[in-house]
Amino acid sequence: MHDTSAHAVQHHAPTSFIRKHVFSLDHKVIGKQYYALALAAALIGMVLSWIMRIHLGWANAAIPGLHTLSPNGAPGGVLTPEYYLQLMTMHGTIMVFFVLTTAPFAAFGNYFLPIQVGAEDMPFPRFNMMSFWVTFIAFLVLVSSFFISDGPTLGGWTQYAPLNAIGSSGGPGQGLGVVLWMISIALFCIGQLLGSLNFITTTLDLRVKGMSLMRLPLSAWAWFITSCMGLTAFSVLMPACILVILDHVAGTSFFVPSGLVLNDQLVPHSGGSTLLWQHLFWFFGHPEVYIAIVPGIGIVSHILIANMRKPMLSQRVLIYCMGALAVLSYMVYGHHMFVSGMNPISSLAFSFPTLVITIPATITVLIWVFSLYGSRLRINSASLFALGFISMFVSGGVSGFFLAQPSIDIMLHATYFVVGHFHMVMGVAAMFGIFAGTYFWFPKMSGRMMNETLGKVHFWLSFVGTYCIFMPFHYLGLAGNIRRYSTFVDDFLQPLIPVHRWITVAALITGAAQLVFVYNLIHSRFWGKPAPDNPWEATSLEWSTATPPPWDNFGGKHPVVYHDPYQYGVQSSVGDYVMQASPEQVKTDHEEK
Amino acid sequence: MATTVHEPPQAGPRRVPDHGNGGGGNLVPADGDRRLAVDYSPPPSSTAIWVVLFAISMMFAAFTSALVVRKGSSLDWRSFSLPSILFFNTLVLFASSVTLEFARRRIAAFMGNVQERVGSPSRWLYVTLCLGVVFVAGQYIAWSQLRAEGLYLATNPSSSFFYVLTVTHALHVLGGLGGIVYVIRKLGKSSLRRSTLDAAARYWHFMDLLWLYLLLLLWVKL
Repeated sequence: MHDTSAHAVQHHAPTSFIRKHVFSLDHKVIGKQYYALALAAALIGMVLSWIMRIHLGWANAAIPGLHTLSPNGAPGGVLTPEYYLQLMTMHGTIMVFFVLTTAPFAAFGNYFLPIQVGAEDMPFPRFNMMSFWVTFIAFLVLVSSFFISDGPTLGGWTQYAPLNAIGSSGGPGQGLGVVLWMISIALFCIGQLLGSLNFITTTLDLRVKGMSLMRLPLSAWAWFITSCMGLTAFSVLMPACILVILDHVAGTSFFVPSGLVLNDQLVPHSGGSTLLWQHLFWFFGHPEVYIAIVPGIGIVSHILIANMRKPMLSQRVLIYCMGALAVLSYMVYGHHMFVSGMNPISSLAFSFPTLVITIPATITVLIWVFSLYGSRLRINSASLFALGFISMFVSGGVSGFFLAQPSIDIMLHATYFVVGHFHMVMGVAAMFGIFAGTYFWFPKMSGRMMNETLGKVHFWLSFVGTYCIFMPFHYLGLAGNIRRYSTFVDDFLQPLIPVHRWITVAALITGAAQLVFVYNLIHSRFWGKPAPDNPWEATSLEWSTATPPPWDNFGGKHPVVYHDPYQYGVQSSVGDYVMQASPEQVKTDHEEK
Repeated sequence: MATTVHEPPQAGPRRVPDHGNGGGGNLVPADGDRRLAVDYSPPPSSTAIWVVLFAISMMFAAFTSALVVRKGSSLDWRSFSLPSILFFNTLVLFASSVTLEFARRRIAAFMGNVQERVGSPSRWLYVTLCLGVVFVAGQYIAWSQLRAEGLYLATNPSSSFFYVLTVTHALHVLGGLGGIVYVIRKLGKSSLRRSTLDAAARYWHFMDLLWLYLLLLLWVKL
């Protein structure tokens, strides 16, 4: 009886359908389950945004079927202001938590991190399985709030206090709807903490022989850094949710101030702090932005390198930049609270690191751009979406410079400028990262190639459509268009309605373009061209194994790593690259020391 | 143009780095013999326990900051005396850490095939288990005493935080008890890993430190 190795993480090949496809311990199946969940959530979130956009463009338009979903929220199919806010809350929550966090991090990370480090599985497969199923239950709990009498909460994905804690007197969904939201997010936190535990231990303990930390692919580094961020952020959000639930069900007063009168009724709480929630939430909330985007940075770098046929200018600096983004993300959260009445010196203290965080972000972009310069980039759906990611990251990031200044943010706060900013830099950029990852890794995951023509159509419609939607948001914000209004009756807002209509049309077309992607995904899964083991002539370990990988990833063999992850532009027996697991000696000027 | 030439793969126990996993350079066996790699891989549970303890620390840090902000935000904070049984509970929890350490050393000797007679290696684990149960029961008595004084969860923010912190800690202690039961079962089946035992011990000792911190926090702030 003695200690056994970390590498001896083994589970036997499953035989029953339930163990193979439902309660599977296999990280690859869990990764696919996360992807399916994210896809379903994205489609729901997209339909919600369509409904909101139609209402914003044509306030009196009746939307077929909506009356059935909520007779009170949409009488005759026309949204009430409250129901608009409820849909907006669900759109934001579903997209941020169940799409932008689950797809690039939990889905791709689960599938490819163990393979990229050469492991057979994650070290704690049962925790991994629990991670997905807890997340899935969290999603069901959230969606179930659509079907309670007064619908889901209307407080936005930020769920600000005291609205989140005063109960049903705060409006439709502010009673049970908030409780369900908080339970859902607390469960989501548990799921992601279990996931982070596995990601961190996989990276640190299960790397195969020769796989030093600096030989990890950039995507693996991104998932590792993201899991460290998730560990810190979700373990703070969960207790915050617990305190809100106690305010609701146990009568405590953590967040509701004394003397609060609502609808001519004194709220029976005393002395709570509304800012307390903002501190706890944004300590999670800002790193969450990077939890969504850092996996994209890693995935996009990984894909671009394979298509440029040469490594980035500096892999090491890219890793340091992702690490710097992670660390700084905890020091900037107060910039979300510039208008909360905080001391101007505090504002300055949060403004400074917010500007500093643009340095690693800018360095990352410069490395991408200068690496691309002069390269003979292979144009395919994956590399196009990777380029689109960079474009969105830059376009959305530039507006962050403005919002980082307290004096400007006070003017732009709660306007469409902010909505445009975070949709581009966090939402669409991360989505483009997901698409790039899908087109790149789909052959490995399914054993079939995706249709490239449809992929390129999907890209151009999405790319142009996204700019048509979100660039005007910035204009609306500068014109003073406040967010979260469901109709625009003020004189100064009425001239902006044509802009909203333009955005609505663009959103409908861009949304429909996503159906091309869904069709391509499903059609290729069953009828796509069979994929070879290494269709992109890439170097990292996932391309060393069979397509799709066997249940133990490497078919009973264990790779040994001889090279840095991106040995392109060399002369080897297989072409202009040498795989990490190949013992072949090559000459190169790319390998970092 | 600088040129890097890969050295031929080399194998040998002396070239295997003794830190972390993966190693550096090309010091890998050409035949892919994984047994060389397993010698220096840290067991995942050794890493995982620190990850878990970090997450728990962050959770209690969040509760602590909430307490500090909430106390400073209004004038409705009402102090009360901590139930004296908490100090007895503290001693019990500390005693359980001592007994667990006895157990850990005996089991380590047992695993190391030390020839001397070590007795039943699980005996001290059962003692630890009992002391843990006594601690949780003692905490329940403390909550009962406060209820008898009319201090409920929603009575005052001070009592709210008392219940939130102590109940959350007690739940984590129950998790630790589950860990000790797991260790006893594994020991009974002769399939216990040393790293599992060490991870359970670290978790339990951390519960001690965490409780000491909470007691100090409650004593100073309530």
